Amino acid sequence: MTRRYWFSASHRLHSESMSPEENRKTYGKCNNPHGHGHNYALEVTVSGPVDPRTGMICDLADLDRFVDEKIVQRFGHENLNTLAEFRDVVPTTENLCIEIYRILEQGFHQSGIEKIRMEETMLNSFEYAGGREIRH
Amino acid sequence: MVYLTRKAEFSASHYYHNPEFTPEENQRIFGKCNNPHGHGHNYTLEVTVKGQVDQRSGFVVDLKELKEIMNREVIEAVDHRFLNEEVREFRDRIPTTENLAVTIWNWLQPKLSVARLHRIRLYETPDLFVDYYGEA
Repeated sequence: MTRRYWFSASHRLHSESMSPEENRKTYGKCNNPHGHGHNYALEVTVSGPVDPRTGMICDLADLDRFVDEKIVQRFGHENLNTLAEFRDVVPTTENLCIEIYRILEQGFHQSGIEKIRMEETMLNSFEYAGGREIRH
Repeated sequence: MVYLTRKAEFSASHYYHNPEFTPEENQRIFGKCNNPHGHGHNYTLEVTVKGQVDQRSGFVVDLKELKEIMNREVIEAVDHRFLNEEVREFRDRIPTTENLAVTIWNWLQPKLSVARLHRIRLYETPDLFVDYYGEA
């Protein structure tokens, strides 16, 4: 089952391990020191057996509450570079996916977290399943 | 392992015709698509690559580079073209969406160095698409 959420955040792609020239070359416009923002769409796919009593994999209201409290409130309307998670990690959407998957897997136990998918723009999207191969 | 999908659009015309079939057979099998003057579609191409996140850059692949490869290898070859007449691969192969997806895979696969090509998804219309994962 897949549920879709939205949040908006800003980031700047910049690595302390690179020279200013290398940063500009690697990240281009995304290296602008003032940062820039996206409307991120987040799709959370959960999997598991259907509970014979409820007919559901997990309680959708509980999933919504968890994602809202732990992910949307955490990252929405924030500058990702200012958050502890990204002090030493460049807040690319790849790394944001890995972090969000970690939060879900560690904190939401009603079902398996099959994968997450994030749309950074209408043209770019990312998928992560804890490092596993994804069945498409 | 993170999967990244980049989308692009192009418009092209084609018609379906197999010279080994009789005119009646061509008409019966391909119907309206057999009109030799061709007809067009707005295609949407989704290219999915997979790979490990580079620790320094936080990227699976440089998106700008992927976009340039897609533009150079695919969009320039097919956008606003009559596929049957103007694309070499379709001189002796019917430019169905299936064959176009395979052709796009074959164009892109040797050009990608960092991340591995995972899937070509090609929409001929919003209601019809083809997935190709390369030969298993």
